[in-house]
Amino acid sequence: MKMQHTLSVLVENKPGVLTRVTSLFARRGFNIDSLAVGVTEDPTLSRITIVVGGEDTSLEQVAKQLHKLINVLKIQDLDPKEMVDRELVLFKINAPADRRHEIIEIANVFRAKIVDVGRNTLTIEATGASDKLSAMEDLLRTYGIKELARTGKIALSRGLRDGA
Amino acid sequence: MRMNGGHALVKALEDVGVEVVFGYPGGVALPIFDALYDSTSIRTILPRHEQGAVHMADGYARVTGRAAAVIVTSGPGATNTVTGIANAYMDSIPMVVFTAQVATPVIGTDAFQESDITGITLPITKHNYLVKDANDLPEVIAEAFHIATTGRPGPVLVDVPADVSKTEITYKWPVTVNLPGYKPTYKGHAKQIKQAADLIAKARKPLLYAGGGILASEAWKELKELAELMQIPVATTLMGKGAFPEDHHLYMGMPGMHGPKYVNYALTETDLLIAVGVRFDDRVTGKLSAFATKAKVIHADIDPAEIGKNKPVDVPIVGDAKGVLASLTAELRKSAAEPRTDAWMKVVDDWRARFPLHYDRESGALMPQLVVERIRELTKDRPTVYCTEVGQNQMFACQYLRLREPRTWASSGGLGTMGFGLPAAIGAQVARPDYLVIDVAGDGSIQMNSQEMATAAIEKLPVKVVILNNGFLGMVRQWQELFYERRYASSVLDQNCPDFVKLADAYGWHGSRVTSVGELDAALQAAFDHPGPALVDCRVVGEENVFPMVAPGGSIDEMLGGLPGGPVSDMMDDGAVTEVWE
Repeated sequence: MKMQHTLSVLVENKPGVLTRVTSLFARRGFNIDSLAVGVTEDPTLSRITIVVGGEDTSLEQVAKQLHKLINVLKIQDLDPKEMVDRELVLFKINAPADRRHEIIEIANVFRAKIVDVGRNTLTIEATGASDKLSAMEDLLRTYGIKELARTGKIALSRGLRDGA
Repeated sequence: MRMNGGHALVKALEDVGVEVVFGYPGGVALPIFDALYDSTSIRTILPRHEQGAVHMADGYARVTGRAAAVIVTSGPGATNTVTGIANAYMDSIPMVVFTAQVATPVIGTDAFQESDITGITLPITKHNYLVKDANDLPEVIAEAFHIATTGRPGPVLVDVPADVSKTEITYKWPVTVNLPGYKPTYKGHAKQIKQAADLIAKARKPLLYAGGGILASEAWKELKELAELMQIPVATTLMGKGAFPEDHHLYMGMPGMHGPKYVNYALTETDLLIAVGVRFDDRVTGKLSAFATKAKVIHADIDPAEIGKNKPVDVPIVGDAKGVLASLTAELRKSAAEPRTDAWMKVVDDWRARFPLHYDRESGALMPQLVVERIRELTKDRPTVYCTEVGQNQMFACQYLRLREPRTWASSGGLGTMGFGLPAAIGAQVARPDYLVIDVAGDGSIQMNSQEMATAAIEKLPVKVVILNNGFLGMVRQWQELFYERRYASSVLDQNCPDFVKLADAYGWHGSRVTSVGELDAALQAAFDHPGPALVDCRVVGEENVFPMVAPGGSIDEMLGGLPGGPVSDMMDDGAVTEVWE
C-alpha cells in the first residue's frame, strides 16, 4: 500500500551522515517530500526527520538498509495518530496599506506572527502541521505571495508512549 | 610512542593482526609505504594494477576468513579499486582498503590526483572514513577491521590525506571500539528457532539452501550435523560452494540458472525450504512467483534486510548461521525428532540418476567440461584451492569440480567480475602456500588482469591458470546463440591472439598448449607439478554451451539443454515417481 511515512532517524552528528542517509532513498527511487535535520539534546547526535511516500514493502526495505548504516542509531516510522509534528513557514506577502488589516487578521486566526513590516510587504511566521500551513498559504495567495520559505517537518512521538 | 601518521597506520595494522598488505604506491601514499618498508611482520605484495590488489585481498579473505589490507594512492589509484570493492561488497568479503588522499587544505579544489573516493564508494562499502586528524588513525583502523569482519562482512575504506600521514602523533594501543549504531545480532530468537525446528521435524520433503553465510560464520560443521540428523538434502549456492562436502550422499549441487536439473526440481517440489546465509539471488530463483511455491520458508541470515527482501518468509530468523544451525539441531535433538525423508530421498536420488550433468563425451573433441573433470581427478588427492574467472569457465568449474573442504573456492558471485580469478588465486596462494591453487579461466577473462602474472612470478607464488580457450566470450556467445539468432556481436575473440604460451614465457611462467584430449592429462599434471606458476592453454571446442540453463526470467524447473525432462510437474506424473509421502 502506498502512503506517506514520517521517519525519525537518530544519527551520529558527523560529516557525511546526511548524504549516507539520503542517498539510500535516492538509490531506491524514493523522492523525499520533506527533510529536516538538527542537533538533539545530546550534541553528538542529530535527528533527521524524513517524509517520504512509497509502497510499504519497499519502504520497509529502505528502513532496514538505513539500519545497516553504522552512523544510524535508531529509526522510528512515526504513527500519524501518535506523533506531534510541526513545520515552520515564512511568507512575504504583498501588503499595500489598505489591505494590511485583513492580512493581519488572517495571521491572527492561524496564530501566526508578523515578524517584519516593509513599505509594501508583511512577513509572517507560522508554525503548525502541514495541512494548516497549506490552508493558510491558500488564503494568502489572493494577496500575492512574493516569497515563501518552508522548513521540513519535524516530529516526535507523543509522550504517552514513552511512559509505558 | 611518537610517530607520524604513516607509521601509526602501519603500526595499527600490525596491532590489529594484519599479515599481508596488497599495495601500490604513489605520490601522496609515500609516507605510508615508507613506514611499510620497516615492518617486519607485514608482507607487502606489489600487484601490477590496483584492481588486482583488491581481488588479491578478496581471494585471501575467501580462503582464510580474515581481512587483508589494501593500500593505494589517491586519484586513479583509488578509483582503480572500485570494481574490486564492489565485488567484495556484493559477496560480503571482509577487507580494509586504504586510499591516500590529497592534503586536507586542498581537498575539494580539484588538486592533482584528487578524487572523492569516499563519495564514490559510499554505495559499495559497508562503511568508509575520511580521516582528518592523525590522532584518530588507531581508533579508525580498529573500527574499520571490526566492521569489516563482524556481522555480515564487507569491505571498509579509509581515506588518508597526505598531511594526516605526515603529522606526528602519540600512538596509543589498544583502543576501544565504540560503535553505538553497530550491533549485529548473532543469536537467533528462541521462539523462532523453536518454530523452525517444529517445521523441520514435520517436513516430508525438506531442502537446505545454503550460501556464503555458512562460510562467513564457519558453520560447515553445524550444517552437516543438521543435514545428517534429519537427512535433509543440501543445495549450496555459488557462494556457498564447499560449505557441504560434495561427495556426501545428501549433497545436491548449485541451484538456479545453471544448476543440475535435479536440484531445481527439488527446489520446486520441496515442502520446506530451509534457507541459511543466502539472499534468494535472481540467478538462483529465476521467476520468483514460480520459485519454491509449495514450500514453507525458513530464512536465517545475519542481515535482517535480506529476510523477506525477495521471497516472503514463514519463519524469519536473524542470527549468524553457526549459532542458528546449532540451536536448530539442539532443539530437534531435544524433541527426539526423527528424519522422515526416506521417500523424498528416493525421489531426489531417482532424479539425480536420471538427470545428471551431461555433455558430449563420445565425439573425442576437447570439451571444456572434460578439462574441468580432469582437473578434478588430477587434484583429488592434493589440497587444492579452486578459483574461477567469470562466464562459462566459472559455471563449468562450479558444475564439475567437487570440493572436499570449505574455503577452497574463490569465484565472483554477485558482481560477476571478469578478471577476478588470477589475482584472487594469487591472494589465496599467499594465504595457503602449501595448497595447489588453480584458476579455471576463459580466454576473455584472463586478459582482464593478466598483468598480475608478473606479480605471481616475482613474488614466487606458484599459481596455475588453466584457460578454457574457445576463442569467444563464451557466455555472451551462448546467449547470442540462444536469444539473438547467433548474431555474435563483439563476442568473437581469436584463439591465437594472444599466444598464451608465449605470454607465459614472457612472464617467466611455465606454459603449455593442449589441442587434443590425448595431451590433456600430461599437460595439466606437468603444470600442477611445476614448482613455479604455470599456464595451460586448452584449445577447447568453440561453441559449447553451459547446460542445463534456465532462460532469464524463466521458472527454474523449465530448463534448456541437458538430458530430456520437462518441468517438474511432468516428472511427477510420468509414472516413474510416485508420491509416496502423500
